Formats: sequence, C-alpha cells, structure tokens
Amino acid sequence: MDIYKNAKIVDPDEGRVYNGEVAVSDGQVVEVSEKRIDTPENCLVIDCKGKYLAPGIVDFGVKIGEPGERHKESFGTAGLAAARGGVTAMISRPDTSPPIDNPETLEFFIRRAKSATEIPIHPLATLTKQRLGEQMTEVSLLLDAGAVGFTDCDSFISNSKVMANCLSYCSQNNSLVIGHPQDPWLSGGTSATSGKFATLRGLAGVSPMAERIGLERDLALVEMTGSNYHADQITTREGLMVMEQSLDKGLNVSAGISIHHLTLNDLDVGDYRTFFKVKPPLRSEDDRQSAIDGLKRGVITIVCSMHTPQDEESKRIPFDKASSGAVGLETLFPALLRLYHSGDLDLPLIFKVLSYNPSKRFGLNSGRISKGYQADFVLFDPDYPYILDRTTLASKSKNTPFDGQSLQGKILKTVVAGRIVYSREEDV
Amino acid sequence: MEGKTQINIFFENSTRTQASFELAGKRLGADVMNLGVDKSSVGKGETLIDTALTLNAMQPDILVIRHPSSGAANLLSDKVHCSVINAGDGTHEHPTQALLDALTIQRTKKTLSGLKVAICGDIKHSRVARSNIQLLGKKGNLVRLVGPRTLMPSEIEELGVEIYHDLEQGLKGVDVVMMLRLQKERMAGALIPSVREYYKTYGLTYEKLQHARKDAIVMHPGPMNRGTEIDGNLADDINHSVIQNQVEFGVATRMAVMCYLCQND
Repeated sequence: MDIYKNAKIVDPDEGRVYNGEVAVSDGQVVEVSEKRIDTPENCLVIDCKGKYLAPGIVDFGVKIGEPGERHKESFGTAGLAAARGGVTAMISRPDTSPPIDNPETLEFFIRRAKSATEIPIHPLATLTKQRLGEQMTEVSLLLDAGAVGFTDCDSFISNSKVMANCLSYCSQNNSLVIGHPQDPWLSGGTSATSGKFATLRGLAGVSPMAERIGLERDLALVEMTGSNYHADQITTREGLMVMEQSLDKGLNVSAGISIHHLTLNDLDVGDYRTFFKVKPPLRSEDDRQSAIDGLKRGVITIVCSMHTPQDEESKRIPFDKASSGAVGLETLFPALLRLYHSGDLDLPLIFKVLSYNPSKRFGLNSGRISKGYQADFVLFDPDYPYILDRTTLASKSKNTPFDGQSLQGKILKTVVAGRIVYSREEDV
Repeated sequence: MEGKTQINIFFENSTRTQASFELAGKRLGADVMNLGVDKSSVGKGETLIDTALTLNAMQPDILVIRHPSSGAANLLSDKVHCSVINAGDGTHEHPTQALLDALTIQRTKKTLSGLKVAICGDIKHSRVARSNIQLLGKKGNLVRLVGPRTLMPSEIEELGVEIYHDLEQGLKGVDVVMMLRLQKERMAGALIPSVREYYKTYGLTYEKLQHARKDAIVMHPGPMNRGTEIDGNLADDINHSVIQNQVEFGVATRMAVMCYLCQND
C-alpha cells in the first residue's frame, strides 16, 4: 500500500480543495480521508509537502505520429511528454497514415502503444474508410478491438446522408461520435479567421459562421438519430449559442475546446508565426472570452491539447502553406493555469474539464480521487514560474506556440494506476 | 550601386515589376541576376528558406522577392543578412507599387494630401490596394474602396476607408481613380457572375468617369484587362490616364528604394 500524505486534494466532482491523505493499493484508491490514515508496515509513504494532488489529466484528441509519421512523434516520446504534462490517459486520434479505419491497424496500434509507453492510450477509430466520408468503418469490430469512439477528425463528412447513417449505426452500439464541425466549403483554403487581422495580413479568412453551420448540421442529425455526439472544438460565440440550445433540448451532446483557443487569439499570429497556425484558426478575443464564459457555464465541458506534432520543415514555410497544429501534452496544464491565475477558473473546475468530464465521457474509471477509482494522480505546484524553452519538450516535435512565454505551474509527480511514472528531478 | 549584387527571385510570373527592378538596378550600376521559379531548384522541391539561405551564402546586397504566399518576404528577411525588397507577397502588400503610385499622384496633382482617391475593383485579392490604403491614409487623403461585396475583404472599413458598392457613387468628386486588375487566377467560388456583368457594373468608362472631378486622373497598376475593368480607349487617353507615367516612375522609385537601402548598409 502507498499513502500520499500532507496533500491538498482537489475534488472536481464536489468542487472543493481539502487537506487530506490518500491510500492506494493495487492501482486503485482504497481510502481518502481528511484525517490521518494509519500506516501499516511495508507501506510507502509519499510526502506531498503541502502541494496539490489532483486526478490525472485525460487528454482528448492526441495525435501520435504512429503509424506513418514516426519522425514527428512516437508512442515513446508522446508517453514521455504526457507523463511530464500530468496526462495519465490519452484519447488518441485516428488521422494517422494509414488512418485507423480497420481492426487490424487498430490492433497493431494498441500493441505498439502498450510496448512503448506506460501511459494508457485509449484509441479513437475513424468513422469512415480513409476518412473520405463515403463508407462506414466496421464499427462493431473496431469496438471489440478497443476503440473508444469514432471520428474523421478534421475531415468533415459533407454528405449528410452518410453522417446520419454513421450516427444512427453508432447509436445502436451506444458509442460516441466525435465531430469537427466546420463547413468545409467556407473553411476550405483558409488559414485565419476572417476579420481585420486576416485582411491586413492578406490571409484568406474563414468566418466564425462556418463553425455554426457545421455544428447546426451535425446537431440536427443527432436530434434525428438520437445518438451520442461530442464536438471536438467549439471556439466561437456562434457555435456556443447553437451548442447551448441543443443542451437545453436534452440531447446527448458535449463540446470541447483546445487549450490554444482558450488562451490565445488571432492577433498572436503576429508576423506569420506558423506555430500559431491551428485548426480551426485562432479566433478573435471576443470569441475567446465567450469560450471562457462557456466553460464556466458548463456549455464546454472538456479542455484538451489537440496535440498535433509537426516537424520543422512543415512549419518553416509561408503561413498559408504551413501545416496546422501545435504540440500540447506538456503545456496543456500550465497554460490552462493562466485562467486560474487570472481568476477565471478555480482548481476544481480546471480538473473537472481536464480529468473528471473527459473520464466520464469516455467511460474511464478515473477523473476523481475517490475510493474505487483508478489511482491516476498529478502532484503539482500551481505557482512555480518559468519561461518555456521549446527545445526542452519531450515531444519529438517542438511546435509549441508557448515557446519563450512565461508560464506558471509545474507538475511534480505523475501517477498512473498507483505507479509513479514521472517525478520532477529537483524533487526526487 | 557599382559592385553591388541584386538578385530578383520571382515565384510568380511578372513582366513589368521584374523588368522594372532589373532596369532600376542596372541603371544604378548593380550586377543584377534574375531567378525564375521554373528554372530554379524550387521546382525540385526546395523550400523558400533553403533557397534564401543558398542565395544568402552568395553574399548579395539586395534580394527582390515576389511570392504567391502572404508573408513570404517577411519569412525570407528573417533568414538572410542582406536587404530584402518585397515585390509583392500574396494578397498582403506591394510596397514599391504604393510608392510609385504616390510619386505619380504627387507629380500630376502637385500634392499628396487632402485628395479623394477611389480604389476600384478586386480589393479582396489586391496587395496593391492594401499598400495604397496605408500610404495614402498616412498622408491624409480620403480613401474610398469601390467594388462588389464579394471582392471586399472583411472588416476592411476598420482601416479608415469608405466603402462603396456602386461605382458611380464611389467616383463622385474624386481626384484620383485607381483601377485594379480583376485577378481571375485567384477567383474561387462564384465571386462574380461574368466578365461582361463585371464590366457593366464596375468597368471604368468615359460615362462613369464623368462623376469624378473634371481633372481626375486614372491609374492602373497593370497588367490591364481591357474591356474587363477599364475601357481600352480610356486607358490610352493621355488626358486622363497616367498609366504610362506609373510605369516610368516605377523604375525611378525602385532606384530610389535600392539606393536608400545600400546607403544605409
């Protein structure tokens, strides 16, 4: 048995932080108490030194370079980055090369994952073959092989009949469909959000309305088929409005957002800085504020890194041609703490959107430090200040927009199923 | 500029701008080299930065770049030691065009402030418009943009310009009419119904020019689509058109820019 003593425990479910102790055995939490827990012999005591102990982060939408782009990221480097970022479970994306659209590829993926990293990976599979939006994948076989949900990632299924059938079919298996709601015609060929900035920089811009159009289409089909749907990133006021209406109707839907859309805006692109090119493009400050508000009101329930490794070559070219995406496993937590330090979010809410909600949405037995839950924890100091140097990131790709920026908050320990998978050197 | 080396790299086809820069360099005595995209290793997959680094190693004094991507000149200038002149990047800017337009206006109108200038046509895809809006605005002129809503970039009014969708209205009382080329190669997705409809609504003709001031000048950055955005006869009419002056002043302007950069080395 291991006992974590002298910790400030963050409970996202009850929305409180309290001083307490946690006992772990066989990878599970066996006791949590505000009083002293008796320490039997042969028991490892971990002194948390008054720091915060919270449920480990469940990061949705992680792109791992395998198969196909191992030069950008491997299971090993992604796992290392996750451990250092306090991520104790990764929900991985299937937009690999080849895409994960059949059970054989998925089995290979899971086997590689298990042999290369201690951080559990819960894979998503594609909704249609080759992500072409035409032929449905073998949903049932993929579920048997271990898929936790289905998505064509940033490839919007423009054929509404195909999407309706996919939603309908998935609902009979009670499995989750994840959409990337962007009207493909409005967003095609664009690299910025339309507005004064895009106009001045001469970048082709997409109206925020593209998100609303995509979302309205998807949500109408969800209503028609009675299925279970998650929108990967809702980043605009327009999108939030539509989402809220569907929640009010009682549909089984949820919305997420990436850390980049929560903490950066379109002006951050500055002089064509390609590390700030993400999908959908960064939004206006008004939209960012709406998103924070949406988070507080529970319209957006999941914050993720949308970890997308890109090599230097695909970023060191003109902005409109550069690849989209940013790495985020290691920066998700400290970046989100910006909203804690600014007074927008408290720690229980932060772990609600990082751990508790995604765990629940994907049916994992984690996301809370409570008896019977898996012992996935992070021990952290929310105040530790530092300047991020991208070359120190564990990811194989270093494309982070937070390079050179001040961040506050460090992970001291990461625990997966009771095993300490990361411990900060100074702390060892 | 004797003994100085000027390299022109054009990733987009261009006759007048490239010739203008080449001539400007030669008149100043520089050694001028032209790199066309089809002949260079860019066709073999070399990236812009590698091309830049390679050229940089040859120690040029000035690089003149034109590129179809906005921000390309900016990217290049981060990687090389010499001066970089933006000869047009995507739909972003074309600064020497704005300078030569300013010189043309100054010479013909005898002033460069307090004027009413109408920039007409395909504003959305125009780097010339973006550079001119800034320069003319800074010098205290009233800038009007005239064009169909589909060719107007979003929130452009934030730049302190007036927007018109009716050419005759937009031309009322202006001193300068700046026509833009309809960039057919950048058109995607039903921006205008047809060339003939465009000419009817936004093509500059003698009748429409009546609405401008009597002494209004007509400009065009070239190359022109006669019968698309401008009546061919009007373009040739030296009583109104200063299009040939623009070309002439273009060389002088580029000579001045390069002189300035070399002196400040």
